[in-house]
Amino acid sequence: MAEDAKDAPAAPAAGEPAKPGVPAPATPAAAATPKATPAKAAAPAKAPVPAATDAASEPLVVALAAAVPGAVVSAKKMASQTTIGIAPGKLVEACRHLKDKETFTFLVDLTAVDWKERDPRFDVVYWLHSFDRGNERVRLRVGIKDEQACPTVAGVWETANWMEREVFDLFGISFEGHPDLRRILTWDGFQGHPLRKDFPVEGIDTGAAIYPDRYPEGGGPAPDDKNRKTVS
Amino acid sequence: MSEFVGTVGAVPEAGDTMLGLREMELNFGPQHPSTHGVLRIVLKVDGERIVSARPDIGYLHRGTEKLFETETYPMVIPHTDRLDYVAAATNNHAYVLVVEKLLGLEIPKRAQYIRVVLDEMQRISSHLLWLATAAIDLGAITPFFYTFREREVILDLFEDYCGARLTLNCMRVGGLEEELTPGWIERLRAFTEDLGGKIDEYEELLTENRIWKDRTIGVGILKTDRCIAWGVTGPPLRASGLAWDIRRAIPYECYPELDFEIPTGKNADTYDRYLVRIAELRQSRRILLQCCDWLTANPTGEIRGKVPRVIKPPAGEAYASVESPKGELGFYLVSNGGNRPYRLRVRPPSFINLQALPEMARGHMVSDLVAIIGTIDIVLGEVDR
Repeated sequence: MAEDAKDAPAAPAAGEPAKPGVPAPATPAAAATPKATPAKAAAPAKAPVPAATDAASEPLVVALAAAVPGAVVSAKKMASQTTIGIAPGKLVEACRHLKDKETFTFLVDLTAVDWKERDPRFDVVYWLHSFDRGNERVRLRVGIKDEQACPTVAGVWETANWMEREVFDLFGISFEGHPDLRRILTWDGFQGHPLRKDFPVEGIDTGAAIYPDRYPEGGGPAPDDKNRKTVS
Repeated sequence: MSEFVGTVGAVPEAGDTMLGLREMELNFGPQHPSTHGVLRIVLKVDGERIVSARPDIGYLHRGTEKLFETETYPMVIPHTDRLDYVAAATNNHAYVLVVEKLLGLEIPKRAQYIRVVLDEMQRISSHLLWLATAAIDLGAITPFFYTFREREVILDLFEDYCGARLTLNCMRVGGLEEELTPGWIERLRAFTEDLGGKIDEYEELLTENRIWKDRTIGVGILKTDRCIAWGVTGPPLRASGLAWDIRRAIPYECYPELDFEIPTGKNADTYDRYLVRIAELRQSRRILLQCCDWLTANPTGEIRGKVPRVIKPPAGEAYASVESPKGELGFYLVSNGGNRPYRLRVRPPSFINLQALPEMARGHMVSDLVAIIGTIDIVLGEVDR
């Protein structure tokens, strides 16, 4: 993936979503026009290109900041979806508050994003739904350093169990307090975490499953082993 | 369960058990015919009764989300076909929706209606496949022949429209690639009008069938609050009594203009989930008839909006979801402004619904597990991605 260099991530600062216009060379049209797009163009009605705006004054964000002091790090809105940056230490408390007091009883999705060169390296992203607030949804985002454990929310929403296992498996982020933190999609002796940006797309030949007499149990060849090969 | 092929490894354990017998660990799958793919469930049984069921997944993991990151935005669409491979149109739809959301695109009305037609045909074909296999798992083989008769017509219509029967690759960012072929709408209307009577035929075979009712009523109960706790969406959630459907809750395309109801159950068991899916077949039929009317009245028009030649959404993130036949299917897209997704996450309804299996199966007989796996309606391509 040598050509990846030109798409190299313009990693946004911690707890802050990427801003349009930061990777200026990559998006000539999109970055230049968010404000200039005329709402009533001659062409078929065209919505303006979404841009991230500040959402710190939204009632939900204000209420959360007041109820759990120190939890809210940032708040952005893009494509009419609100993202609240949460401090890792306050995550479980904030989630409990949102579930119990703000009726976000349904955790729709939980995933992670690897920003490779940024510090903290990972974003763990939560997407909450409230039936009682007219199907309102809100996204939480927590910055997690490499090797740092993220607090588990499996005690708040049971459905987080498998989703956190998946993030653990594919990104290598461990979840502190998780009841059953095992790999879920790859097999138990697998080495590496496939969705990390430094994991080769061609995959690795772990060998261990196929040749148990040749490779140690639970592990494949080391990175400098001549038996290690990539597929393409 | 004479066809049972799981391997048996006796694990004696101390302690009280329900029948005063020893608990046994039993591998159900991964090659069992009723698991609909390669799903392994590690069972602890006490006699015939399930003490615990632990799904073991990942046999079909292909690293789809990693592959997404190597493809340009249009090249991602065929990969989405292969997630829930019996409902490719809804997969395509959820993906193009999220890219359109990040680009801020409006798509032409005619394209919206054709998308809804494809979605609803896909819902019917997916539910028909579910009905066929769920019934066959419980020993009723006849519905299979009936439902595949109708599914074949839908697949033929798909083939006429886009050349593929399963992996449709039929939607594009900003609209659609192909206009409908001549006479297609008339064929669809003829099929749809007939479908009502065909659904009656399925119901005649099953709804009041005593064996079917014995095997499904009271089996695998999952009440609304438990559904929400486990994140379960789609027919299992509606069968528990909550009328929640993305098409109404967070509408997309032209669904607000269409007249349809959200069927619900009340007992939250396997039988109610069956009734809900049957009712959804009828509602999809209603939607298709309305779309046929609209498309006949508006026979021409744009099917693709103004889309940049190279699709490069602005840096940022968005989530969009559709009501797939299995539940809420969502895509979460993180863009860095390049021409490929920086991160594209699938919110797979099958994966998340499967997580509730241990709770649904606990205390039931091993043979009921077959009914419960069937009733969740999983597709392993989507579970494992």
